[in-house]
Amino acid sequence: MPRVVVDVMLKPEILDPQGQAVANALPRLGVSDVASVRIGRRIEIEFTGEPDLDRAREIADQLLANPVIEDFTVRLVEADETAGARP
Amino acid sequence: MTARVGVVTFPGSLDDGDAARAVRIAGAEPVRLWHGDPELHGVDAVVLPGGFSYGDYLRCGAIARFAPVMETIVDAARGGLPVLGICNGFQILCEAHLLPGALTRNQHLHFRNRDQILRIESVGTAWTNAFQPGQEVLIPVKNGEGCYVADPATLDQLEAEGRVVARYVGGNPNGSQRDIAAITSSAGNVVGIMPHPEHAVEALTGPSLDGLGFFTSVLKHLVGAPA
Repeated sequence: MPRVVVDVMLKPEILDPQGQAVANALPRLGVSDVASVRIGRRIEIEFTGEPDLDRAREIADQLLANPVIEDFTVRLVEADETAGARP
Repeated sequence: MTARVGVVTFPGSLDDGDAARAVRIAGAEPVRLWHGDPELHGVDAVVLPGGFSYGDYLRCGAIARFAPVMETIVDAARGGLPVLGICNGFQILCEAHLLPGALTRNQHLHFRNRDQILRIESVGTAWTNAFQPGQEVLIPVKNGEGCYVADPATLDQLEAEGRVVARYVGGNPNGSQRDIAAITSSAGNVVGIMPHPEHAVEALTGPSLDGLGFFTSVLKHLVGAPA
């Protein structure tokens, strides 16, 4: 069954201290060519029937994301692309 | 008649006991409200206490906003019910769109726990009328996600309308924009504050008695308010 994936990211103008902390740790791994890191959240939704992108957008707008500070995108993915799938 | 001030308990609330105690010390009758019960039991005002409602899952306050009691509180607040959101309560008020902006991770990523000086800038609200304009108060701050953010137009509007209720003085503990510690709704009945006035109401347990002013303010407000 296809799922809907919702990606939630802080808006570009909102400071992301977690991303900055990760970026600051990278030189300790020997990585010196990363300009910035931003951290977001991926949410997978499985509907009981056919996946409904409009409904997913509504859910994202009202609960999954806070439109004051975050942007989101919704998309359909096949079950084997989702994070929970085992090869 | 003694004013009845409701204190909501959500799963994960921490400071509901202290908030109820502050209400009692201020001279009102605390009424414990339960997140799953939409009934407000005839209270004259409501405090949303600090803590980690619903484990802070998703975002702080995001899930509490949908609790049955919140649906009633949101309607009542739009009708003028005084509501004070402290810490997690402030986060819930922003998530419920009763207050603009949002509270995000402290800029330095550390949980900050200390006694903090605030300057009270708006004394026209239901929760701050017992203070003098510009009065400095000492109140504990304890948060991990207390960084207040809003777009510049919203911040300008809050300042122009005198809706910045309190600012941090002597160091900003979380990176809040324009040092904002507390804001109010356009009607002045809803106030969100990140530091904890309920922890500064008794010499034995707090750094000052300055927090009491928030609770005595609402009593003054209720006496003046039409029944």
